Amino acid sequence: MSATRAEIAVVAVAELFRGDGEIVASPMGLIPQLGAKLARLTFEPDLLMSNGEAYLMTTDGVVEGWQPFRKMLDTIVPHGRRHVVMGANQIDRYGNQNISAIGDHSRPAKQLLGVRGAPGNTINHRTSYWVPRHSTRVFVDTVDVVSGVGYDNAAKAGPSAEKYHDVHRVVTNLGVFDFATPDHAMRAVSLHPGVTPGEVTAATTFEVDMSAVGTSREPDEDELRLIREVLDPKSLRDKEVPA
Amino acid sequence: MADKRTTADEVAAEIRDGMTVGIGGWGSRRKPMALVRAILRTPVKDLTIVSYGGPDVGLLCAAGKVSRVVFGFVTLDSIPFDPWFGRARETGAIKVTEYDEGMFGTALSAAAQRLPFLPTRAGLGSEVMRANPDLRTVRSPYADGEELVAVPAQHLDVALVHLNRADARGNAQYLGPDPYFDELFCLAAAKRFVSVEKVVETAELTAGGPVQSLLLNRANVDGVVAAPRGAHFTTAVPDYGRDERFQRHYAACAKDPDAWPGFVDRFLSGGDEQYLSEVDKFEAEAA
Repeated sequence: MSATRAEIAVVAVAELFRGDGEIVASPMGLIPQLGAKLARLTFEPDLLMSNGEAYLMTTDGVVEGWQPFRKMLDTIVPHGRRHVVMGANQIDRYGNQNISAIGDHSRPAKQLLGVRGAPGNTINHRTSYWVPRHSTRVFVDTVDVVSGVGYDNAAKAGPSAEKYHDVHRVVTNLGVFDFATPDHAMRAVSLHPGVTPGEVTAATTFEVDMSAVGTSREPDEDELRLIREVLDPKSLRDKEVPA
Repeated sequence: MADKRTTADEVAAEIRDGMTVGIGGWGSRRKPMALVRAILRTPVKDLTIVSYGGPDVGLLCAAGKVSRVVFGFVTLDSIPFDPWFGRARETGAIKVTEYDEGMFGTALSAAAQRLPFLPTRAGLGSEVMRANPDLRTVRSPYADGEELVAVPAQHLDVALVHLNRADARGNAQYLGPDPYFDELFCLAAAKRFVSVEKVVETAELTAGGPVQSLLLNRANVDGVVAAPRGAHFTTAVPDYGRDERFQRHYAACAKDPDAWPGFVDRFLSGGDEQYLSEVDKFEAEAA
């Protein structure tokens, strides 16, 4: 019963939350949601999670709190006891992220979502990213619109910007990456089983430090059971990350 | 005691060229769509729209009513992007003030509290600072010396919001799980209009929900519009959820320049009675 690529990715996202304790986990998108729920059902039982709207829910689906959007923005985000996993249309080597628009901001070639909560998230609490298709279109030299703040821009903006800035990791369909190099450039932490360094290099515009790369861990039997039988019995995960 | 009941068309007639109009709700959730459609029926133009944007922004852009949008996002929720807002941006038809979601609320809070600005951390290091060159930072006078974004107050000429219930005097109630920012929109505005699913006697408000659901008191409301299904096709739970089928139809027509005039003719060219009856026919055809 060997794990699929999608299941490896779910476990890699779950690992983002290891050690987070009693904070709000805010996963955006299917694989991040599966990962956060898996973490809560296994090694991080104290994580708080919303239903995507105004309710905080227990693992049993019981409402345990009220978290409307205004409370989220007025207190949850600035208070900092939160870890968000956002998507990204573009990410650069220092962890700047774009979900706003492609091209020049004053007249974009393609309008996307807008910056949404990305500036506030990245400047206030731990932020990770999920990229289902690792490609040179996503991993670019320079993002067109800095929505999520990367390490170079946080440093330029000064101590108040750096105080709580913490771009933790990027999980993709190919591997797990962080910014724990002396100049906070992206490096490979682990590649998923079967992925070669050459694949990552070919799918990334900038150079990725591979000096300390390992292999992403396989889910254990209990985790596989939870993913397959409890969290995603319809295998929607395979649509986002094909086997 | 004042009876503030009015109509959507009378509300729209209060809006003048160049005004700054705040629109409540969030994305495709509890938007005052009947009031938005009433604006579409007037000749008003050059509006600055301040909104956690959804199809309200899209429809106003489609009708050429908008010169600027102040926003943190524009989304239809179940459909990521609004096609008309995208087109307005990509053709350079509108200017924008793009804020982080939290900064947007901070700007309304500053106006609500009659403060020139409020400090926040959100925005530092991001495009928000570069795309809005008038934004300034402020330094803490205390020992920390922190330098933060000074978000300027976002005053509104008019606020338009849609709630579930109100009385004729303007006490207004939401019955869903989230108040969104509708109270702040009203507190930031000179003229405040609320449309509701149903106008009821005051005593019925607290009979229908906890006292905490009384989001607006009458001192913050100038006009009350009875507009059943007035948030359609966005959600107004618990009265109704989003009309996903109709929203998909809106988005498909908005994407297709050949299909759009037909959508306007059928749904947007008459009054609200025509709109709702055409929506009913559309649903019956699709069923």
